[in-house]
Amino acid sequence: MLDAGRLCLRWSPRFCLLALLAGALCAQEGYSPADVQIGKQLYGDNCSNCHGPNGDFVSGVDLGHGQFRRASTDNELVAIMVQGIQGTPMPPANLSDQQAHQIVAYLRSLASTTTAATKADLAHGKSLFESQGCFNCHRVRDHGSRVGPDLTNIGARRKAAEIELSILDPNAEVLPENRYVRAVTRDGVTFTGRILNEDTYSLQLIDSKEKLVSLQKADLKQFEFLKSSPMPSYREKLKGDDLSDVVGYLASLKGL
Amino acid sequence: MICPKLIRHSFVLLLAAASVSAPIYAQVSFDRLLHAGDTPQDWLTYSGGFLSQRYSALSQITPDNVKNLEQKWIFQARSLEKFEATALVVDGVMYTVQAPNDIVAMDAATGRIFWIYSYSPAPQARLCCGRVNRGLAILGDTLFMGTIDAHIVAVDARNGHLLWNTKVADPLAGYAITHAPLVVKNKVIVGTAGGEYGIRGFLAAYNVQTGKEEWRFNNIPGPGEAGHETWAGDSWKHGGGSVWMTGSYDPELNLTYWGIGNPGPDWNADLRLGTNLYSDCAVALDADTGKLKWYFQFTPHDDFDFDSVQVPVLADLDWKGARRRVLLWANRNGFFYVLDRATGEFLQGKPFVKVTWATGLDEKGRPMRAVNMVPTADGKLIYPGNQGGTNWYSPSYSPHTGLFYIPTWDNYYSVYVKENVEFAEGRLFTGPLPKSPVPLIRPPQIVSRSEEDGYGAIRAIDPKTGDRKWEYKMTDVTDSGILTTATDLLFAGGREGYFMAMDARTGALLWKAEVGGQVSSGPMSYSVGGKQYIAIAAGNSLFVYGLRQ
Repeated sequence: MLDAGRLCLRWSPRFCLLALLAGALCAQEGYSPADVQIGKQLYGDNCSNCHGPNGDFVSGVDLGHGQFRRASTDNELVAIMVQGIQGTPMPPANLSDQQAHQIVAYLRSLASTTTAATKADLAHGKSLFESQGCFNCHRVRDHGSRVGPDLTNIGARRKAAEIELSILDPNAEVLPENRYVRAVTRDGVTFTGRILNEDTYSLQLIDSKEKLVSLQKADLKQFEFLKSSPMPSYREKLKGDDLSDVVGYLASLKGL
Repeated sequence: MICPKLIRHSFVLLLAAASVSAPIYAQVSFDRLLHAGDTPQDWLTYSGGFLSQRYSALSQITPDNVKNLEQKWIFQARSLEKFEATALVVDGVMYTVQAPNDIVAMDAATGRIFWIYSYSPAPQARLCCGRVNRGLAILGDTLFMGTIDAHIVAVDARNGHLLWNTKVADPLAGYAITHAPLVVKNKVIVGTAGGEYGIRGFLAAYNVQTGKEEWRFNNIPGPGEAGHETWAGDSWKHGGGSVWMTGSYDPELNLTYWGIGNPGPDWNADLRLGTNLYSDCAVALDADTGKLKWYFQFTPHDDFDFDSVQVPVLADLDWKGARRRVLLWANRNGFFYVLDRATGEFLQGKPFVKVTWATGLDEKGRPMRAVNMVPTADGKLIYPGNQGGTNWYSPSYSPHTGLFYIPTWDNYYSVYVKENVEFAEGRLFTGPLPKSPVPLIRPPQIVSRSEEDGYGAIRAIDPKTGDRKWEYKMTDVTDSGILTTATDLLFAGGREGYFMAMDARTGALLWKAEVGGQVSSGPMSYSVGGKQYIAIAAGNSLFVYGLRQ
């Protein structure tokens, strides 16, 4: 639970009220997936310009592993965000207290997943990755299909928490370069695949047979982005250590 | 509006296709490379096939309709370097290089981009003549590129992802790779540029799957290697012998042919007494082992920087009543040669431009050096000039006309000066640059030379006699390669910024377009959807032409 009473000794009544109201939200172990998602968005909008997407752009500051130089509790983190740090480039952010807590939720989730990922059984994770049919759509180095996103360096591009989220809830975030399209030509040929490029008059994609296809929009009678990811959720198939091992294996893929 | 039913259907299609096939099939088999001429809709190697004839069997564009060519699309590279690459085209997908080392995959019909692979060369990379690249090789689903910091990389042709990256040599010592690699069987062959930096050049073959070196041929033989005795003292250690153009391959002989660059230092041969093998040579290597089968040295003990890196052109000719497998070679030194490509035997040779450094070739094809025609402390005016009678610009051989076509610089001279020069790793090791009225690489935008100071020409030569059949003269010189087609068309450009089509039998101009920049590449042709295209890079852009509909 949020240590609201102690906070009230130091912070404004308005903040204390909000903090108390948001008690469940702010519980260090009680953030909801929605809070994490909102926090991620808020972090991207308010923090990543200086701290970088992984929280490690500022020398000597690492926001992604749960250890902070100037704060040990969530409330201290919130205070830093809301008030800034005098004498440093860290300004007070234009965030509500609830929003600041949601950013904390995101940072905590990063840390917990990262910690789990670093303890993962990579060999087991790799084995699960193979046995679950992931290569049917994904590619790692020179194995697997190119239809889905190439994961050879996924660990260098995405944080463990983001990887986990993609496994459990593929629709939570589909990066622009991973969108799928379906196009039907005027003579009835259907193309489905991952879009590579698009302009006003044409689109380029890699289709389900891994062929590079370029289409003129004027030749199409139907063209649409698929709203949902073709990837199924593995929420029911991967749990506990199995999930951590797969996430850990993927997070270990840093490229060649 | 998205239809949920449609989405579900699409997912089923996508997942079913992926789970059933997960296809890993060879896009370009070695057999397909061997028979590149049978699929003229593609352009599968730097020169269009292992024979390196830069000849297309496509026939939709003819002398009658070539006047109807129109620009179909342009790719503007994000690079200020010269666009020297010849693209590959495979099944309607074009792969080319944006200098220095970005691979770009495009729709060959429209130029729209599928993907870009960006390689960041080491900033220490050093090149004499531009941070350029001339193209790619392909086998299966893998593209191969040499880099200006002397690496070779393998990249997935479907998605542009790096597969392996092998360091070939040290860029700090002046090594670089600028030419398109050559794939033979399961090996990809590259050579090292850097002849102006005192490198010790070599050719090496790498396993296409792993990137591990399979064999190496030292262009400058070391102690214990044949030819080492042709270098005085330790001069072999910095002997040059670069490679910067793509070789050829004869599958029946299993020999791969490469041209070797100048010895170093370029313009003071006193510092490397001897004939300096295998500088300025054509070498024939066993493609499996890299062992030398034969060599032919065009310019022994070169005083002029007459790199013999020209593309080796393979042809089968009726030669004095018998079929003969020959190698056609218009050399930078101003002589045109015909060699037997099985043995290296000299069959004939004649100058194709004004030459004063030699009075001719003897019965073995060795140059007969003219008296006192060497660089001196005060400078000596000698023909051809430093850039040669021709250079790296691709020639073409048309089996249809039986003629060999050469981009030439004539009436072209330099004043060669000899000075002492000391070797320092990674620094230029040449001597003073010869002076000439013709700029070496980048032309001025205004030309005010007279014909006596050098001009360019496309020359058609009968390889059986060495005689000129026709020429097409240009005011300025040319760095453009040449393409011929089955309909007896010839395409070429020049420094003036024109791209032309002419009758390959007569040299008559049939069509021209303005490309607005120096042509420093070779034309090529391909077809998509039954439509033939002609591509040429000029300035910083790639221009593609097709017939008006």
